[in-house]
Amino acid sequence: MSVRRVMGTEVEYGISVAGQPQANPMVASSQVVNAYATSTLKARRARWDFEEESPLRDARGFDMSRQVADPSQLTDEDLGLANVILTNGARLYVDHAHPEFSCPEVTNPLDAVRWDKAGEQVMLDASRAAARLPGNPQIHLYKNNTDNKGVSYGAHENYLMRRSTAFADIVKHLIPFFVSRQVFAGAGRVGIGQERPKHGFQISQRADFFEVEVGLETTLKRPIINTRDEPHADPEKYRRLHVILGDANLAEVSTYLKVGSTSLVLAMIEDGYITRDLSVDGPVSALRAVSHDPTLKTLITLKDGRKLTGVQLQMEYLDLAKKFVEERYGSDADYQTKNVLERWESVLDRLERDPMECATELDWVAKYKLLLGYRDRDGLEWDDPKLHLIDLQYADIRPEKGLYQRLVRSGRIERLLTDDLVEKAMHEPPTDTRAYFRGRCLEKYSENVAAASWDSVIFDLPGRESLQRVPTIDPLRGTKKHVGGLLDSSETAVDLFNRLTGS
Amino acid sequence: MAQEQKQPKKSSESEESVETAPETDVNERKEALDSDVDDILDEIDDVLETNAEDFVKSFIQKGGQ
Repeated sequence: MSVRRVMGTEVEYGISVAGQPQANPMVASSQVVNAYATSTLKARRARWDFEEESPLRDARGFDMSRQVADPSQLTDEDLGLANVILTNGARLYVDHAHPEFSCPEVTNPLDAVRWDKAGEQVMLDASRAAARLPGNPQIHLYKNNTDNKGVSYGAHENYLMRRSTAFADIVKHLIPFFVSRQVFAGAGRVGIGQERPKHGFQISQRADFFEVEVGLETTLKRPIINTRDEPHADPEKYRRLHVILGDANLAEVSTYLKVGSTSLVLAMIEDGYITRDLSVDGPVSALRAVSHDPTLKTLITLKDGRKLTGVQLQMEYLDLAKKFVEERYGSDADYQTKNVLERWESVLDRLERDPMECATELDWVAKYKLLLGYRDRDGLEWDDPKLHLIDLQYADIRPEKGLYQRLVRSGRIERLLTDDLVEKAMHEPPTDTRAYFRGRCLEKYSENVAAASWDSVIFDLPGRESLQRVPTIDPLRGTKKHVGGLLDSSETAVDLFNRLTGS
Repeated sequence: MAQEQKQPKKSSESEESVETAPETDVNERKEALDSDVDDILDEIDDVLETNAEDFVKSFIQKGGQ
């Protein structure tokens, strides 16, 4: 196994309406999503198909009752909130009180970065389209995870895993990894704590909002390991690991390392390769302790009595992953697997020496460097609104206002992609997953697509009374290789459907 | 004010006696780094929202996942 697997990110964006702090965020989010739909869709808008959703199914083997669930957990109920399925296979919709971009399924870390970045551009276009609505609402979007007033919103990752892997093994080996992963995946935050934060800087946006080790919830009592068992694939073969503790990253290297290293650790867990017990004493408080120390010197106590920094704990995983790849592949490992290992090692080495050496690659370090610059030049304390503003504005997705965007444009942040690749991914699906089939159907036959979801495309065909559901239960079918020719040569949705069903 | 803040840093650098090549490199890099930080701060000053306090206060979100 390698860094390759079916994966994807989903990001809820912070939203504000200029001059109207009391504006209803659901209305504003709907305006953004609907404006994008109106400005891009050619024909009818396909609904989301909720048939295969099961947000209350728990990976530990039971279903939560709908009566005891928090209303925010009932994500399979169509509340009539705005929703659009894009030609790149992504879902753009309103989730709770935020616009969300859920990436199409991809098979490797670099593509995960590419469609995650495409999501930023879609959101940017969407907010610009909304500004042309009557009343010209100036809606601004932020790729961050907290308002620093007690509220947090997520940037989730999804990884397809083998069902046969015991969930207990995932929990055991992933918690220490997640406690420490933030040393390179953190987005940086001014403020410590949830409501009325104390003054200071920490490396993660999300760490302070996690309260338990394992659980089904995502909006309250947030768990380090989320147990939602909704594979959107054959449940006999697969589970989907829904990772909720990460920060929304803007830096491409941060996202790349985040999903790449996680994918490798999952491969080792699936293979039963991790025999070392790296369990941490009190993981929830360790998660926060690591986040609260940008010098990265804080020691975490392992259950075996050893004391390691977050970086050193990551080095334990890196060490295992290097041996794992070497034993399984030797020099035949694919490029991205080797590249993730090299970058992971290089970043950890430099973080251990001096975190500032990673200012051109990692979000939290880039942000921290800016903040320290301001503190130094203007003599500001951590409670100064200007430092809070810099934290917020780092995540503004507008090229003219976003500080991350400014750093990129002046060559101060390393990129892995080009603008052209990201621009194409706004409209084109990945070619090597079922997102290809979904995206191409929406692009070519939008008049006849009544609904779609991760695991289906539903056609409304002339001459047929009932809707026709094409299941896409296998994420690795419906690729360009499988159906590219078929899609190219089917003039109409009826042609396509007849050829798919052999009728 | 910016000048006052920067002054002590510069003078402490010049006091360090630099004898070996690697250290010179380090100092040169540090100076390059400092001037780069100054440049980017100047650039960012121009794009920062004007009333930081109001802006930060009015950024209120409803819950999410």
